[in-house]
Amino acid sequence: MTEELTKKRGVSVPVQIAIWVFLAGLLALVGFGLNHAQNPMAQIGKSVPDFDLEYYPGYEYNGIEKMKLSDLRGKIVVINIWASWCKPCEQEAPDLEQAWQIYKDGGDVVILGVDYVDTPKGAEGYLTKFDITFPNAPDLKSNISSILNRQMGVPETYFIDRTGILRHVKVGPFASVGEIQSIISSME
Amino acid sequence: MKKFLYVIAFLFLAGSVFITSPAFAQGGTPPTDDEVNAIARKLYCPVCESTPLDVCPTEACYEWRELIRTMLAEGNTEDQITQYFVDQYGARVLSEPPKEGFFWLIYALPPAVILMGAVILFRSLKEWTKPKAAALVIGSEPAAASPKTDDYLSRFEEELKKQK
Amino acid sequence: MFAEFGYGILVVSFIVAFYSLIAAVYGALRKSAAMVESSRRGMFLVFPLLSLSAAALVYLLITNHFEVAFVYEVTSRSMPTYLKVTAWWGGQAGSLLFWAWLLAAFTSAVTLRKWERDIEFLPWVIVVNAVTIIFFLGMVVFYENPFTRFWLVAGNVEPHMFAPLAATLFTPQDGNGLNPLLRHPGMVIHPPMLYLGFVSYVIPYAFAMAALITGRTDDRWIRLTRRWSLWAWLFLSFGLVLGGRWAYDVLGWGGYWGWDPVEIAAFMPWLTGTAFLHSVMIQEKRGLFKHWNMILVILTYALVVFGTFLTRSGVLSSVHAFANSPIGPFFMGYTALTLFVSIALLIWRWPLLHGETEMKSMLSREALFLLNNLLFMSVLIVSFWGVIFPLVSELFTGQKVTVGPPFYERATAPLFAGLMLLMGIAPLSAWGHSTIKTLGRAMWKSALAAAILTVVLFFTYTQNYIALIGFFLIALVLFVTFQEFGRAARARQRAQGENFFTALARLMGRNRRRYGGYIIHISMMLMAIGILGIEIFQKETQGSLAQGEQMELAGYTIEYRELASWPDEGKGVNFTRAVVDVYEDGIYLGELTPRIDYYFDSQQNMTIPGNRSTLKDDLYVLLVDWQPVSSMGATFKVFVNPLVNWLWIGSLLFLAGIIFTAWPDHDPAEEPLRAPQSTNQPSAAD
Repeated sequence: MTEELTKKRGVSVPVQIAIWVFLAGLLALVGFGLNHAQNPMAQIGKSVPDFDLEYYPGYEYNGIEKMKLSDLRGKIVVINIWASWCKPCEQEAPDLEQAWQIYKDGGDVVILGVDYVDTPKGAEGYLTKFDITFPNAPDLKSNISSILNRQMGVPETYFIDRTGILRHVKVGPFASVGEIQSIISSME
Repeated sequence: MKKFLYVIAFLFLAGSVFITSPAFAQGGTPPTDDEVNAIARKLYCPVCESTPLDVCPTEACYEWRELIRTMLAEGNTEDQITQYFVDQYGARVLSEPPKEGFFWLIYALPPAVILMGAVILFRSLKEWTKPKAAALVIGSEPAAASPKTDDYLSRFEEELKKQK
Repeated sequence: MFAEFGYGILVVSFIVAFYSLIAAVYGALRKSAAMVESSRRGMFLVFPLLSLSAAALVYLLITNHFEVAFVYEVTSRSMPTYLKVTAWWGGQAGSLLFWAWLLAAFTSAVTLRKWERDIEFLPWVIVVNAVTIIFFLGMVVFYENPFTRFWLVAGNVEPHMFAPLAATLFTPQDGNGLNPLLRHPGMVIHPPMLYLGFVSYVIPYAFAMAALITGRTDDRWIRLTRRWSLWAWLFLSFGLVLGGRWAYDVLGWGGYWGWDPVEIAAFMPWLTGTAFLHSVMIQEKRGLFKHWNMILVILTYALVVFGTFLTRSGVLSSVHAFANSPIGPFFMGYTALTLFVSIALLIWRWPLLHGETEMKSMLSREALFLLNNLLFMSVLIVSFWGVIFPLVSELFTGQKVTVGPPFYERATAPLFAGLMLLMGIAPLSAWGHSTIKTLGRAMWKSALAAAILTVVLFFTYTQNYIALIGFFLIALVLFVTFQEFGRAARARQRAQGENFFTALARLMGRNRRRYGGYIIHISMMLMAIGILGIEIFQKETQGSLAQGEQMELAGYTIEYRELASWPDEGKGVNFTRAVVDVYEDGIYLGELTPRIDYYFDSQQNMTIPGNRSTLKDDLYVLLVDWQPVSSMGATFKVFVNPLVNWLWIGSLLFLAGIIFTAWPDHDPAEEPLRAPQSTNQPSAAD
């Protein structure tokens, strides 16, 4: 708009630099967003970034109510993302609990429930309804789910091996306990 | 499981301590849908991105609305309920970022850029409208002698002038 | 068979477009008319070729070829044929092909025009169009192929274009079905209109780039593309309006615009496009702002590409976004390329683009148009920043935030008010020269009338000051515009001895751009009445009613009569329909039937309002919930949306206004070039 000011002159170098820097910055920002959207931090075959788990009242693992994912290194960790408003989750809830009953005494496999954007009442109702005893933590601010998958749909289940590497992702509910068992045994 | 209930009870107790105007606690009338929606309209549930809570049809949002209803019945004010949701689910539940810290940028940047644009525009206008260019105008416009342009508009406007 | 054919043709079109690109560049650099002609013919061929490919896809869609992954995703057996056709643009792969096809149509049309006088533009126009087509076709051919089929490979179903070793074709029994939200008649034309708008901005951009490359930076490129930009603007505006109507009819939230990122992505090129429409007039009349027009056309095109990229790649989450797809980086690369090349060209040619005359007065029409541009740019800045801020926030604070309607409404309302004020002043100002005195003399009657009307409204209708400011501005613009029509028609009446209406009609016919523009201004004001009505005076209530019970809102009473729920297997929908009786002040007005349609294949609900529409207000009733035994009760949400109908009436007039303005008569390029202006322009206000 400043054409008359720069009569018959080109664009001065500082202005040019400013334009290119602005453009590069904009593209970098969008690039960041794109990378973020397309590559969740957790990828199969790669180590899962650490996050905090603060279990719901009444839940714990080995007597500990607050831990990091990395505290579970050396065990197979199965992270099930659920929500009380999610109908397909109800379908697999008994299977997950049954799987926990099978594995919990071995101490070698941990099943963790992560409750995605839920209300306290809903969560409590769900946990009671299905008699869920495996450790469960809320993820109300979607800190955990955004590490695993930026566009989370529930239920999704993440299988992490003893070295902390993501091995398998199951989207949607499990058909049976057998399915859970076969995935876990394939990771041994 | 018991512990869980205690926590909820505590939450509501804690909430009721700060009540300034308990709207429904004494009256005992259950909150109406309109009262629930009035608060829900200003909230966004992460499950229903870019749809306000009062019109989002998902089950998750239904539960949120029920939570608002319960909290209203417990006597919480709108601010307390909103604050509860922010504490629990993060700032993204608000319809716009809170006016604090980094988030000031969203409010400050557009006026700053617009102001900058306005200043540049105003200064350019002043520059252009300076009478200094008289000589230049005559030099650069040899056709100034023939006011007739091919533009209908100006012809018409002249016509109009004659009529008066 | 059809799938291979369709894909084969896609590949051929891709190669032809590539050939045209190379031939055009070679022809332009080596000054070879034969090569340019060859590239022009190649470019012309792309459209018929893509039409064949598109026909193959549509054939597959309407004949239930569910072995094709895209057909499986977007159609199902229960869908009527016309919806199966429109499912073409209901999914990512198909809509990309649709884009490419429309783009090819425009490109073919542009290669067919008479080029004699502008032949040096031709190769570069082809280059820009070819690059864009290659980009879209490239995405379709390499990443999002709509002809990919399902194959059974060792017990697994995998999507591939061509049969893998030892694989058999897998055909699912039925498809997923189109998203029910997209099954509305509004959705049948809303996306094509938007896409048409997006795509047709390629043409002005291509000419602008050609002008920069060839160094012919006078306003020839603007004259050549004047009508293209008007039509582009028409399609984009129409697409936006249809989108609003669609939201009002099927989204069930009593509104028409939610400041969703995807809506804003379509709105941003409209803003720069509108600014461009105004600003090119200054270049044509006064030879000013050549740089600015280039910037605007580049911005518009960049925003088309950038907006599409932002919303399709999953960078911003939104209800409209297609799921994550591999085209993100590709799209990003193209956006970057477009921006870098255009800006580099602009900087290179900057010294050639200087104004021919001087600005005379801060109140001249060109100065007011500049102010108009500043305001449009301000709305753009607010919109862009609002859309991009969640990304910024996540990058710097790790926190996700929502930027919702309150932010945009607060920030843009004063800007829109400013634009309305300009709409009231600018038509009375003259090119070159105006003073406060001349403007005041021309305006005072209209301003006084608008002020009186506002006072009347204050005592009879509302005390809301925002609404009053709005109504004052609306009245001012309407009065000023009508006064302009009347004054000019009377002047002509006296001069030519015609009667008033003949004079008016001839006047408008002789200067369609000016009077078409005024019609558009009037229609904008009608729309503004509707927007003010729904934004400021909307009332809503929600409640559960037992049968025979009543609910009241803003003078209306609704009474719940009955509810029925029945499945329609043929359509794959379960309908739940409530009947409510409507009374106003005790007088029976009729019944409304809000519905909830449940689609079996996609397991989705659609809330269809019962709407009673008058010029005064809309009564908009939604069925929210119902008890299993219908006599027990149902929950309704009721909106009263005052004046909202004016939004749709204004939209229709708006369309009529643009068509009136843009209707082709003779080639605008044949018009004589602008002669340099005299210094003493007679002012319209004198």
